[in-house]
Amino acid sequence: MTVEEKKKATYTIPIGPIHPALKEPIRLALTVDGEEIVDVDIFAGQVHRGIEWLGMNRNNAIQNIYLAERICGICNICHPFAYVMAVEQAAGITPPARADYIRTITAEMERIHSHLLWAGVAAHEIGFDTIFYLAWRVREEIMDLIEYVTGNRVTKAMFQIGGVRRDITEEQFPRIRQSLDYYKSIFNQLKKVFLDDKTIQMRTRNVGILKKEDALKLLAVGPAARASGVPKDVRQDQPYAAYADLDIKAMIPDMVTGTVVGDVYDRIIVRLLEVKQSIEIIEQCLEKMPPGPILAQPKIAVLLKTLTKAEGEGIGRAEAPRGEVIHYVRMEAGRETLATWKVRAPTYVNLISVSTILKGMQIADVPITFASLDPCMSCTNRVVVTDRAVGRKSVVDYEELHRLSVEKTKELLQ
Amino acid sequence: MERLTPQAIIDSFIQELGDGFFGGYVHEYEIAVKKNKFQSLWIEVKKGAFRHAVEHICRLQEHPHLAIISSSDLGAEVELIYHFTIYYGEHLQELSLGLRVKLPKSDLTIPTITDLIPGAIFTERETQEMMGVEVVGIPDKRRLFLPEDFPEGVYPWRKDEKGLPPDMLRILPGREPK
Repeated sequence: MTVEEKKKATYTIPIGPIHPALKEPIRLALTVDGEEIVDVDIFAGQVHRGIEWLGMNRNNAIQNIYLAERICGICNICHPFAYVMAVEQAAGITPPARADYIRTITAEMERIHSHLLWAGVAAHEIGFDTIFYLAWRVREEIMDLIEYVTGNRVTKAMFQIGGVRRDITEEQFPRIRQSLDYYKSIFNQLKKVFLDDKTIQMRTRNVGILKKEDALKLLAVGPAARASGVPKDVRQDQPYAAYADLDIKAMIPDMVTGTVVGDVYDRIIVRLLEVKQSIEIIEQCLEKMPPGPILAQPKIAVLLKTLTKAEGEGIGRAEAPRGEVIHYVRMEAGRETLATWKVRAPTYVNLISVSTILKGMQIADVPITFASLDPCMSCTNRVVVTDRAVGRKSVVDYEELHRLSVEKTKELLQ
Repeated sequence: MERLTPQAIIDSFIQELGDGFFGGYVHEYEIAVKKNKFQSLWIEVKKGAFRHAVEHICRLQEHPHLAIISSSDLGAEVELIYHFTIYYGEHLQELSLGLRVKLPKSDLTIPTITDLIPGAIFTERETQEMMGVEVVGIPDKRRLFLPEDFPEGVYPWRKDEKGLPPDMLRILPGREPK
């Protein structure tokens, strides 16, 4: 073996079998040169459950709402949201305006809980568990509110084709406002904890940068794209449901810092601003909610007959906490199941940027950087690290990677 | 960049593609109380004019967003729809653009667009493994979601003999495929 060949020998460290940050199955193959990451390859599909196949071969259009809800445990509002909009478009059903408002309120509640959940996970990834406990305690308030409004903490079963299944009545408003007031009262404290803290700044500033140009080319969506300065938000760009009545602006980090860097810190800013924005949206919806029915067709049997006869296609687009969810539905007359159902979750496209972001970084920064994209594997395997110089193989599991990350924080604090 | 109305976009496609243009229409509906319109644009092109059409979209919007490629098995042919969004970034300005192209089952090939939109790689890989459409010139030919030991020549989204055979399905009583 010549010296040249020896240099090219690779060093493989598979980090896994569990996702290094969110304990979900994904495998990343990192080629490293010492501590520096030089190449990244992604292996997805460990949790591919063939949901689209079931929608096209087994379930009818109404049963699919509940299947869509189970695509992701966290985004269990935005998937049925996009799905029912696509079917309504294909079948020519218009939901009543009140249903649009109720849908919007539940979707924004989901955003608040998802962003707070993420904030906790991100703090845990850098070894700052005090903030993790704080964020998740604060999150309980919105979970209680979600349970109060929809009857369940997850898989809320609120959606129906042509409307929603449960109303939000006047008597419920004070309880909803009470929760919103709670978040408003602690918002500045949360902002201080996440944006002014020295440890968080050290571990997140100038880490995991996604440039605007790359975000556009690699089709990034959601907070990941907005933190890079792409003002892309379906609620603003092509508003659906009650968002069409409100004036929504995509949150860009320069509103706080004056510049856009596109690092992990900027992603924290975007999510924090969006929590505040969500509170405002719910308040406006409560104020403007029109009276009227909540379902276009309350009789399920009649609705199912209409859907079986329907012929057409539609796309439903919804802004999930992680970015745009898009469902494409094609219906054929006389067919109980859907002819085509294609689901695109935000992580599907955000994963493409992972290799660009991780290149040139250290292994200890992988958990916080990967977590900063808020990837959701159930919506869309493990990490293999290959060292070019040494040509040796070793396995790094989640615990090891987490330990590396925590150590880095401690080193920085000394 | 100047923003065209949906109808003007269809006209620009007719002018640009000539014979390659197959048809196009705007679908719109009103939403919520203020009755703002949700507009989606659907354009169908011939297979030969497909690359030209994507290049034209790239001229309409620098960095168009490709959401996903959806594919349907229509019997004798496979229909691909490239779901683009253009004119994003401002309130109520965005348009959804579905670029439709039909491929005969005797020649299931489509040129790659990863040179124009690098992020298209995942959805092209998925279309390749799930529908059996060969993406010509794709920089990464591997599977995306299906495991390595999945048999060759079986495509889960197909509705013909190349779809999932019954022995690969686990069917629970009363839950047979329709």
